[in-house]
Amino acid sequence: MQSFLPKNISRRIETMELDSLYQEVILDHYKHPKHKGLSEAKDAQVHHVNPSCGDEVTLNLSVDGGIVAAISWDGVGCSISQASTSIMTELVMGKSVADAYKILDNFSELMASKGTMKGDENVLEDAVALAGVSKFPARVKCALLGWMAFKDASVQAIDGSEKA
Amino acid sequence: MKTTALNVEALKKDFPILSRSMRGGKKLVYLDSGATSQKPKSVIAAQSYFYEHENAAVHRGAHLLAEEADAAYEGARAIVAEFIGANIDEVIFTKSATESLNALAYSFGNSPPGTPFALTRGDSIVVTEMEHHANLIPWQQLARRTGATLKWIPVTAEGRLDYATLETIIDSSTKVVAFTHQSNVLGTVNDVAQIVKAAKAVNALTILDGCQSVPHFAVDVKTLGVDFLTFSGHKALGPTGIGILWGRSDLLAQMEPFLYGGSMIESVTMSEATWAPAPRKFEAGVPNMAGAVGLGAALQYLTQLGMDNVHAWEMELTQYALEKIVAIPGVKIIGPSTADERGAVLSFTVDGIHPHDVGQVLDQYGIAVRTGHHCAWPLMKKYGIAGTTRASFYIYNTLDDVDTLVDAIISAQEYFKAN
Repeated sequence: MQSFLPKNISRRIETMELDSLYQEVILDHYKHPKHKGLSEAKDAQVHHVNPSCGDEVTLNLSVDGGIVAAISWDGVGCSISQASTSIMTELVMGKSVADAYKILDNFSELMASKGTMKGDENVLEDAVALAGVSKFPARVKCALLGWMAFKDASVQAIDGSEKA
Repeated sequence: MKTTALNVEALKKDFPILSRSMRGGKKLVYLDSGATSQKPKSVIAAQSYFYEHENAAVHRGAHLLAEEADAAYEGARAIVAEFIGANIDEVIFTKSATESLNALAYSFGNSPPGTPFALTRGDSIVVTEMEHHANLIPWQQLARRTGATLKWIPVTAEGRLDYATLETIIDSSTKVVAFTHQSNVLGTVNDVAQIVKAAKAVNALTILDGCQSVPHFAVDVKTLGVDFLTFSGHKALGPTGIGILWGRSDLLAQMEPFLYGGSMIESVTMSEATWAPAPRKFEAGVPNMAGAVGLGAALQYLTQLGMDNVHAWEMELTQYALEKIVAIPGVKIIGPSTADERGAVLSFTVDGIHPHDVGQVLDQYGIAVRTGHHCAWPLMKKYGIAGTTRASFYIYNTLDDVDTLVDAIISAQEYFKAN
């Protein structure tokens, strides 16, 4: 069936709903990720994969006196998983692990909200741009990949320091 | 434009789901039949009819309903047998092709020494590098349990099997060769005759995964010369929860059951039991009767269309889609780039855009595709890619669907400013 609209106009209409998912902030983090490239400093290294799609994140974390002292990561995956990981590293760097967990809980709640929450910008900063992801159930696991890697790494880092 | 023997616009009306609307009121462009096919009304109706009029436990009752249920279930078996050129007693209903393949691996692992299925240290199992996980992991595990070695036929850069390696990989140690008829990722149709010849030369058993072939072109087990064939009902217009395991009758007679219980026995005492002949030996418990009946209706639907017509239309779609997709800058086909010896499964990558993001934009156009590794992770690693976007076609797809797909891919590139 031939559309009577010129192609570029019809394409612009298609993107309106997409824009709620792919906010400019997300595409920016995707193209210019923060803390990407694994650094030497690490108390723990974790490798998380999303088995259904193959997205991968490797994360190095150092915790010093309960504070996130160094965080770096590398990975492959879709714009959502990679941008979300980048945003997360910016959020938790320099914060106490306890505060980082509060942010993580807040973000998890936002992701589970099925589009009903906007997210608290005071807590989540750039991560509120991911609010639209919660309307797309298949993509929530993409957004959570890096965050779950952080949680895992923090537990290992703290365990390690307690044993030392 | 070439004319087709299929009246695609007419047959589309047989599939209720194709008339639903998608995001933004878009019509559905279903390009994910490689994952599961849509169902015609006749299949849905056949299952309902069974439940409304004939439902009873097969092979048990002494009442009229049981007789009718028996007739419906065994009738479905006869339809399957005719569809693949098999004897009726060689057709086993399972819950899926995955179960069929696992059942073979499990049964082989339980076979006593001296049977054709027994494996031991020093033996080898051969698969291909393009297998779906369902035809890879059961053999990895069987190798682990028996001490046998797992070997594989590599794929070339173009997505074909490297047949030059056949003679070195299939050798006197080879007991089993399990391979796919058509790759669910690359679309490649493999040369069954050549592989069967190499396997037969060393007396190895051959197992063909027909998930992507049986629904799409005429498959005759006797002509192919394989020992076992598996396929799933839901990829062939049938319901979910029903699969097929076909095996040569002389082999089924010697093979161990993989499920024990009701209706698979000949006689039972408190301390031992003997088995009913195949296929009953392999169908313990009350089976998925409505599923079998639905599959029967599906194969009848395909037979009415004519499998040669089905194949011809799919090839026309493939040819057209390949030409159009190859012409988009920044898009690369993963698999054979010509329509020779390939089916209507097209995987591609878009430079600078992850498959998930491509799929998301396509979804906005009402286009359903599969993205990711397609349960063939080793193949993705071989090609050094995270995944692909896969469009897979079936009888209800049109050339317009291809145009919509191409438009949407270009939109995705514009959206992500990939070019």
